[in-house]
Amino acid sequence: MMIDELERRDAAPRHDNQDPALFGQTPSQTVGPFFHYGLPWKGGADLVGRSDLGARPDLMPPEHYLLGTSGVTGTPQGEAIEIAGCIYDGNGAPIPDAMVELWQANAAGRYASPDDGRQEIELDPHFIGFGRSATDKEGVFRFRTIRPGRVPGPGNSLQAPHIALSIFGRGLLKRLATRLYFADGEGNDTDPILALVPEERRRTLIAVRRPDHTWWLDVHLQGPDETVFFDL
Amino acid sequence: MTLILPYAREDGGNPPSLYPDYRSTVLRSPRQPPLLVPPTLTEVTGPAGNWERLIGPAMTDLTTQHKGTPQGQRIVVTGRVLDERGRPVPNTIVEIWQANAAGRYIHSKDDWPAPLDPNFTGAGRVVTDEEGNYRYVTIRPGAYPWGNHKNAWRPAHIHLSLLGPAFATRLVTQMYFPDDPLIEIDPIANAVPLPFRQRLVSRFDIGTTVPNWALGYRFDIVLKGREQTPFEDDHDD
Ligand SMILES: [Fe+2]
Repeated sequence: MMIDELERRDAAPRHDNQDPALFGQTPSQTVGPFFHYGLPWKGGADLVGRSDLGARPDLMPPEHYLLGTSGVTGTPQGEAIEIAGCIYDGNGAPIPDAMVELWQANAAGRYASPDDGRQEIELDPHFIGFGRSATDKEGVFRFRTIRPGRVPGPGNSLQAPHIALSIFGRGLLKRLATRLYFADGEGNDTDPILALVPEERRRTLIAVRRPDHTWWLDVHLQGPDETVFFDL
Repeated sequence: MTLILPYAREDGGNPPSLYPDYRSTVLRSPRQPPLLVPPTLTEVTGPAGNWERLIGPAMTDLTTQHKGTPQGQRIVVTGRVLDERGRPVPNTIVEIWQANAAGRYIHSKDDWPAPLDPNFTGAGRVVTDEEGNYRYVTIRPGAYPWGNHKNAWRPAHIHLSLLGPAFATRLVTQMYFPDDPLIEIDPIANAVPLPFRQRLVSRFDIGTTVPNWALGYRFDIVLKGREQTPFEDDHDD
């Protein structure tokens, strides 16, 4: 009997994660500087072909690179594009230990998500629309993807083509959510989200095409050119 | 017309972007308040269900990834991923990374003089089941020093990354261990106000503990919940 009682004994309840009185959203914490062997897989930033884009295998011994490789299964429909940019801190210094994630619709404007129920628009079997890129030594993120189609917005509006971005890094206690639009995007002038952005700050969301055809969008975490981040 | 069921905004338990005690936030935190935007299809969708194709298969035992057994205290960490209404979040990925038992990361930028462990990488991932349960096996990580201020030490922690069902539910966080005196003086943990900080502290659980094999800890992860009523009604007539 004594033994049974001992086996049933548990540590005293604490004011901790399991306390029902504290139940609620788990608070965000920084990714810190050492996420590279845990998050950005090879090909994570290439949504179009099979490459190693996105990962930083230079930051760990090869036998400790356990992350996956590209899951691209074939060529997706649409216009293949390259998007890139540099992430800057408040002193204008590039941030070489940040990470960017991308979420977007396919070329036809459909999200590969069970929550996009618009059956009339086809899914692309070769396109999921999620990607991850660690910044390189120069603070630059880079993705190869498909130019997204337009998706509906609030009311009867139609959003201009855009890509949702999340920024993570040491010193960022929370994910920063922003968007990338295209300088020549159809409907930029009537986009319901861009319309909420003060006019003088809209350019922080609009990628411009460089001579090498890369769509370029710098991200400024602070300063006069501070990027517009969203409260979702 | 598409029906948008929005997700809740972040609650009061989240840290601010700027927390000067955590010095890296000073030059990296935005100074403009984030712009409140209505949820659209972009924010309420996400790559749910495509984890394996995207990221690769699960790696739920971090102690069997190399030839030998890693040094340190073997532990089981388990819990549920829930939304803030208490509903399970099934089939969602939890990505894990951490230091080894000595508090050293396998990362080339981590160069403090604690030993590396050739048998421990410290990276894993697990997908929740239909009830939102997850479970992985690892080594209890050690504390480590960092450059925030003189004699600064991070409490032992495991880094966790969750995507949840939508772009809006993305979460990166850290799990701490009970009875760690470093939590109280750690600027990163302290950026979360009390009592919410305690949501980040796991509980030792004898029921999860495996006899003669591993100590058990429980840690539930709560994502933003989805509203029940649509953001917009179909007035398209
Ligand atoms: Fe850490």
